[in-house]
Amino acid sequence: MGSSRRVRPVQALLMHLLIAVIIIWCLAPFYWTVITSLKQANAIYYSPTTYLPNPVDLASWIKVVNLPRFQGALLNSTIIASSVTVVSLTLGSLCAYAIARLRFPGKNIVLALVLAVSMFPGIAIISPLYLQFRDWELINNKLALILPGVTFTLPVCIWTLTAFFRDLPRELEEAAYVDGASRIQTFTQVIGPLAAPGVFTTAILLFIASWNEFLFARTFMSKVEELTAPVAVAQFEGADIAAVTPWGEISAAAIATTIPLVILVLVFQRRIVAGLTAGAVKG
Amino acid sequence: MNAVPAQHASRPAFRKLSTQEFLEARFALTLIVPAVLAITLVAFYPLAHAFWLSLWKINLRFANTPWVFLGFGNYLDTLTDDPRWLNALRVTGTIAVSSLTAEFILGMVFALVMNRAFRGRGLVRVAVLIPWALTTVVSARMWQVIYHATYGVFNRLLFDLGIIEAYKPWIISPIFTIWAMVWADVWKTTPFVALLLTAGMQMIPGELYEAAAIDGATGWDRFWRITFPLLRPTLLVAMLFRMIDVFRMLDLPIVLTGGGPGQATETLSLYTYRVIFTDLKFGAGSALAVMTFLVILCIAFVFIKVLGAPVAGSEAEDR
Repeated sequence: MGSSRRVRPVQALLMHLLIAVIIIWCLAPFYWTVITSLKQANAIYYSPTTYLPNPVDLASWIKVVNLPRFQGALLNSTIIASSVTVVSLTLGSLCAYAIARLRFPGKNIVLALVLAVSMFPGIAIISPLYLQFRDWELINNKLALILPGVTFTLPVCIWTLTAFFRDLPRELEEAAYVDGASRIQTFTQVIGPLAAPGVFTTAILLFIASWNEFLFARTFMSKVEELTAPVAVAQFEGADIAAVTPWGEISAAAIATTIPLVILVLVFQRRIVAGLTAGAVKG
Repeated sequence: MNAVPAQHASRPAFRKLSTQEFLEARFALTLIVPAVLAITLVAFYPLAHAFWLSLWKINLRFANTPWVFLGFGNYLDTLTDDPRWLNALRVTGTIAVSSLTAEFILGMVFALVMNRAFRGRGLVRVAVLIPWALTTVVSARMWQVIYHATYGVFNRLLFDLGIIEAYKPWIISPIFTIWAMVWADVWKTTPFVALLLTAGMQMIPGELYEAAAIDGATGWDRFWRITFPLLRPTLLVAMLFRMIDVFRMLDLPIVLTGGGPGQATETLSLYTYRVIFTDLKFGAGSALAVMTFLVILCIAFVFIKVLGAPVAGSEAEDR
């Protein structure tokens, strides 16, 4: 909208100022955590604090990265988030295709169910799930996080994919039918490849959502070696038993668990924004 | 839903088409069954189970303590004599009102900026996505370091700018803590609001602004007469989801403040969690959980049915 009008210099200056403020506001806490993680152990406890790490010291990083329980937590999170993403995408894409393209009775009931789950507070079902998983001996088993992970990522998955499927041209499917392809062939061979970008975008959103899951992860995993990355960071009190809280190591741990997400954001920023808004804002 | 039989009846080749429609519906149902099963078994069945548990007195602290049936006793106890629940409601309400107000004002400013064409849009997009993508508990840890009473940078910065005259214990003081937490929450969630509002703004036809410019409308007029009213559906959807998120909020207080000092930042979800897993009162805790669910249900009802938030699935769709 703004580009077509004449922009006065004062306005332009104000805009640039605002842009700078937004960028600084968003990155400042992140930046500060990086700075803290790079300070010498005792420099963290200076009061007033210093704005820059002088000298830069990688000790906190070396300690955290070499901690077996921390490596394990990153691995656990990767396994769980990937499994949730794959299963949720599989179930979700079938359901989204049916919603976007096929006529069937009860479609609104399905949509209402999906909507209800998206608003579900995890806390509402934590007690029965805990008792159930305890009886099934799933406590400290990754399945205890994958099962609810799939259910709670399904709404986002279904909405985003439905929006993507609707944007695909209908003629291609009709052409496939005319050529004698079955419904399943049409779905896997015509729609599948066309929807690949949308599916990929959705996969990123699902991966981030399940990587960040905290409530179930904290409740269903008690063994140190089964913790996920967010829980490990939440409970992290340093590599050694120390008299003072090791903020440097905590900062390094916080940044380390965030690196996969930051990489995803840097590489796929456009897709993430498209996917994030596709399901929520209807065109 | 109603559209399907109506079209059905008006079609001339009734028999042949109905077979095709039957096949289409059968195929569609096969496709949705797995997802619906996952939702039913891991969300709705446990909810019913939680309701069942909420009718009992269950204490897991000691093995083999028998369950005692209370009917709605747990609910009555909470409603009539539970100051900690009232406190949690008050805390959650305070966060909801202040957090949402701040993030929608800021989010609108962000969106108005991001909606313009300028060099470096990509940089802004990355900057905005980082707080959104961060794990909440990780951001809570970051803010712990920032807010620290003696060596936190927040104190140093405000002191250097002359805003405060002495360092403040931001997250251990009964006065500041809740606002420090709201600030951390606003930081993390404003980007999400801003991105949704930007997407909403991009759907407003440009001709409207051109016409308004010809009529001599000021920027202020354009915002209040065009942008704001046409953004209302997007605003409602974003507000609904943010509101629900506040009532689900548990990870930020559990890590940043532990709900303290005292119970100054104990949210509804955190209180419920503690009754279940600290006190091990599964019956009373389940009753609190069901009540939290009901509160969220009411909020959703108000937003969707009364205010008309256009959430996917809230209205009939024929496609």
